[in-house]
Amino acid sequence: MRPRTDWLAHCVLGLGVLLFALPVWLIFAGATQDAGAINRGDLSLLPRLSHLGVFWSVLRGRASDSLTVPVWHMLMISAGMALVIAVGKIVISLLSAYAVAFFRFRFRMLAFWTIFLTLMLPVEVRIIPTYAVMADFDMINSFAGLTVPLLASATATLLFRQVFLAVPDELIEAARMDGAGPIRFLVDILIPVSAANIAALFVILFIYGWNQYLWPLLVATDPRLDTIVIGIVQLIDTGFTLTPWNTMMAMSVLAILPPVVVVVAMQRWFVKGLTEVEK
Amino acid sequence: MERRTIFGGWLLPAALVLPQVAVTVVFFLLPAAEAIYSSVTATDAFGLHIRFVAAANFAALFADKGYLGALGRTAVFCALVTALSLVLGLLLAVFADREIRGRTLYRTLLIWPYAVAPAVAAVLWVFMMHPEVGLIGRLLNRAGIDWDYTLNGAQAMALVVVAGAWTQVSYNFVFFLAGLQSIPRAVIEAARIDGARGFRRFRTIVLPLLMPTTLFLLIVNLVYAAFETFGTIMALTRGGPGQATETMVVKVYRDGVINLDLSGSSAQSVILMLLVVGLAALQFRFLGRRTLA
Repeated sequence: MRPRTDWLAHCVLGLGVLLFALPVWLIFAGATQDAGAINRGDLSLLPRLSHLGVFWSVLRGRASDSLTVPVWHMLMISAGMALVIAVGKIVISLLSAYAVAFFRFRFRMLAFWTIFLTLMLPVEVRIIPTYAVMADFDMINSFAGLTVPLLASATATLLFRQVFLAVPDELIEAARMDGAGPIRFLVDILIPVSAANIAALFVILFIYGWNQYLWPLLVATDPRLDTIVIGIVQLIDTGFTLTPWNTMMAMSVLAILPPVVVVVAMQRWFVKGLTEVEK
Repeated sequence: MERRTIFGGWLLPAALVLPQVAVTVVFFLLPAAEAIYSSVTATDAFGLHIRFVAAANFAALFADKGYLGALGRTAVFCALVTALSLVLGLLLAVFADREIRGRTLYRTLLIWPYAVAPAVAAVLWVFMMHPEVGLIGRLLNRAGIDWDYTLNGAQAMALVVVAGAWTQVSYNFVFFLAGLQSIPRAVIEAARIDGARGFRRFRTIVLPLLMPTTLFLLIVNLVYAAFETFGTIMALTRGGPGQATETMVVKVYRDGVINLDLSGSSAQSVILMLLVVGLAALQFRFLGRRTLA
């Protein structure tokens, strides 16, 4: 077949790319512009390259008088939350999937179904009572409160269980022959063979953790625990009069950058993770 | 499927499942039980006396025009977000599946929005659509269209639909593309030889083969639209103007966290739980697959 340029495909895909890129380019360009000019309705798509320093100054300082913590602090909380949730979910799901797949113990199925039930109970459906439980445990306004309650993951457990069930019996027999106990077997064999799944889960769960909004809104009113997402929505809420537009745009760029870098850098695992986890 | 080869003992496996079971019981099952309990009881004004009221809270809910409005609005919102993000995702996947130059680059450029938080995506759309400052918003006003989503309910709804769908297109794109790539080339070739061309080939051959993917995505998108767009709506309109963009989840939040109506919001929570269970059951029934994080 003669290779011919498929103009229609390039047009459709180009428009798609533009649909996603335009809003982000707009805030990138807008961040470098003069707040007064934007206010007068002169938001331009051309960035002022001489004003790229705005990102650095927004990062270092408090973006607005209505915020009490600097932007870098919010980014650290977001990163901490995303990492603890991603790693924590992977670890506890891996351990419980291992127990369920390789052992026969009393209440095994009960434990499995208990974990499975979390699928039916996203935070959104149990807002008030979860808050009450958090208050009883004195976890309101603590980093543990931001992360620990989100650590259960039925999907990750199901995925690991499936991976483990596909490990050939011969491998287990061989490991046993070499005198490997259950812990050795887990660390030396199972974890290495599931490395690709772990990477895939990590990308998806990192994004999940970074992008949380309702949960931190509920359990952390202390500004020192504000994530970057919470911070931005707060600025939008307190009105455009208090915060210069270009500052808000710079802050949004900083909020989008880390998770986008993770997805693009780990794209291969991300696509595999999405289609296999079927989140 | 079960393993034949297993390890013995019970202490080790019990210790291995303990962390996850503990988190699940304390932060998932207890609150859910509590929500069910509060939904069938009422507390007096001083919070001293609790009595059983059976279905009275639910009856009150369904007699409330505000709640019925939120139900209808949620249905419309979910249908629009799902339709828009599915159609766009499919359209882009069909063209990204063609043998064209730069297709890996296109894929990367179409996948990254998955990483943008729904609440931050909403902020991006503020900068696009703000009536005085936004790139498109001020153009609309200059062109004589009276655009102000902070005052006009229909415009507010349109905006939250677009912003809600925007973050979900990438997800659908990834799944549709994977679905298209799993269709054997031989099937497409056979259709070509039989003279099925262009759109007809797509409609009669490709689309039916994509049906399992589409059904799966349909349910995932409905769940996304119903639950995960809370941040989108809060950042854009806080459910307003008036109640114009108040979906069920926004209403639970407003009634429970802001207005502190425990019984009413618990009853709403229980209805939301039934909704999730229903959607999950549909998914298992038709696809044997799972949903939510």
